[in-house]
Amino acid sequence: MAIDKETVKYVAHLARIELQPDELEKLSSQLHDILGFIDKLSTLDTGAVNPSSHILAISNVLREDKTGDSLSPDKALENAPAKKGNFFSVPKILE
Amino acid sequence: MEINQLTAHELIDKLKGKQTTASSVLDALYSRIQKVEPGVKAYVRVEGAKKSVLKPQPDSLLKGLPITIKDNICTEGINTECCSKILQGFRPPYDAAVIKKLKNAGAEIFPLKANMDEFAFGSSTENSHFGPTHNPWDLACVPGGSSGGSAASVAADEAIWALGSDTGGSIRQPASFCGVVGLKPTYGRVSRYGLIAFASSLDQIGPITKDVRDCALLSQVIFGYDPNDSTSVDQEVPDFSKSLTNDIRGLKVGIPGEYFVEGMDPEVKTIIEEAINKLNSLGAVSAKVSLPHTEYAVPVYYIIATAEASSNLARFDGVQYGWRARSDNLIEMYKKTRGEGFGDEAKRRIILGTFALSHGYYDAYYLRALKVRTLIKQDFDAAFKHFDCIITPTSPTPAFKIGEKTQDPLKMYLSDIYTISVNLAGIPAISMPCGFTKKGLPVGLQIMARPFDEAMLFRVAHTFEQNTDWHKSKPKL
Repeated sequence: MAIDKETVKYVAHLARIELQPDELEKLSSQLHDILGFIDKLSTLDTGAVNPSSHILAISNVLREDKTGDSLSPDKALENAPAKKGNFFSVPKILE
Repeated sequence: MEINQLTAHELIDKLKGKQTTASSVLDALYSRIQKVEPGVKAYVRVEGAKKSVLKPQPDSLLKGLPITIKDNICTEGINTECCSKILQGFRPPYDAAVIKKLKNAGAEIFPLKANMDEFAFGSSTENSHFGPTHNPWDLACVPGGSSGGSAASVAADEAIWALGSDTGGSIRQPASFCGVVGLKPTYGRVSRYGLIAFASSLDQIGPITKDVRDCALLSQVIFGYDPNDSTSVDQEVPDFSKSLTNDIRGLKVGIPGEYFVEGMDPEVKTIIEEAINKLNSLGAVSAKVSLPHTEYAVPVYYIIATAEASSNLARFDGVQYGWRARSDNLIEMYKKTRGEGFGDEAKRRIILGTFALSHGYYDAYYLRALKVRTLIKQDFDAAFKHFDCIITPTSPTPAFKIGEKTQDPLKMYLSDIYTISVNLAGIPAISMPCGFTKKGLPVGLQIMARPFDEAMLFRVAHTFEQNTDWHKSKPKL
């Protein structure tokens, strides 16, 4: 399966990554090569194989619904690039 | 021998016998760092970093022993940036589970963190935002990756021992390139709480050490169930000191034909064959085994790992931590922050992973990769019905030159060809030194075992080590 520049541009938008024109050019050709190599997988018959989303036999892990220790708001906000009071601050999203 | 050249278990004895002190150990490390770090560059953010002051630690096994930590494992109050611009300045407000365990055992967390490929994306440590680490055995070569800083610091005696993380070989391959011991534990053995996630179904934290005894000792400290990581497994951790037996008589060792194919360096091949002969002479019984889906491991990995990475790295959006690009519009802020904050390899992997998960491609790529992963796992299940362990090279070549593979990502991906299957199958594997090329570069032997049978790895590796001298060689720096 081939990947073209338009697809890379669209997927980069989905991934919320701004690409410079030269990056888009280079990435498109690199991803084309990588996907060409990955296409090797299509030569295998996997019709009767179950997908393994988890490698160990593990079922839902549950715990008691009890409150425990957590970070204080001050500590949780220590690394914020911008904050207002007890909140992370971001550019306006509603007009 | 200088104090900083000793292994952790040797230092424990010396500290206990009051032949040295914790502060002399730290002093020895700092003076070594001052001498060799300009060439090796195993650590990041060295400039301006304050020398650590000994903090009171509990009087326990590791009291006074410093340990070097990879830059993707959260250390409270010490910057943890995954060697990425996007996490610039990030100072975790909490300790990873493994750091807590180390502190409880008395260990000193070394305040300089080890270099790595950005977000552990790479096999050479060249993808670090801080620039590459150099191989202590030949400064023109890479140390391997992504835990290149951890492996190089241990090899250059700038660390006593270290923690790395391994998603597709990131502990074992640099250990092999730097001539030290590195272990990828069974998936679920070590809590991933506080490890900044790359691919959650593959990531494991593990030790990088100067010998097998240290590797077993560090595993003893960091292994075990943690309710904060729902994939950690509640299974008893055996006393690994009992595995250091110097006895492998009668053990069945499988040698997979699929690992000895074209592309393998002839010197590596000879050295691995000699190592296998050595194991046989010590009483092991080796025979050929087949892992028929080996050739699919790299393509499966680069779908699953990138798919998981694309979703794990969605959290780096400039809102809660790290670096933020200025913009008046939220979506623009995300895009600019991520476009400027991530390096080339991170962008490549996030976009590849997003593509593999996107509508119309999911079945052809992601779902198919999960199915082939099952086949790879079944290969190992079948092999371990007949064998106690499997032996392979850790890498098809010794350390390559800095810059040699940076222009061709696919070529770089193929350098993990012998280590990736282990992560896909969730099994444990160790890499240990087993010889040197004519140019003096170390070659690593990889031993794989059944899930949760790290004891087998320590038994085989320790026996090999007791009967060889490779681990005693030191690079000339």
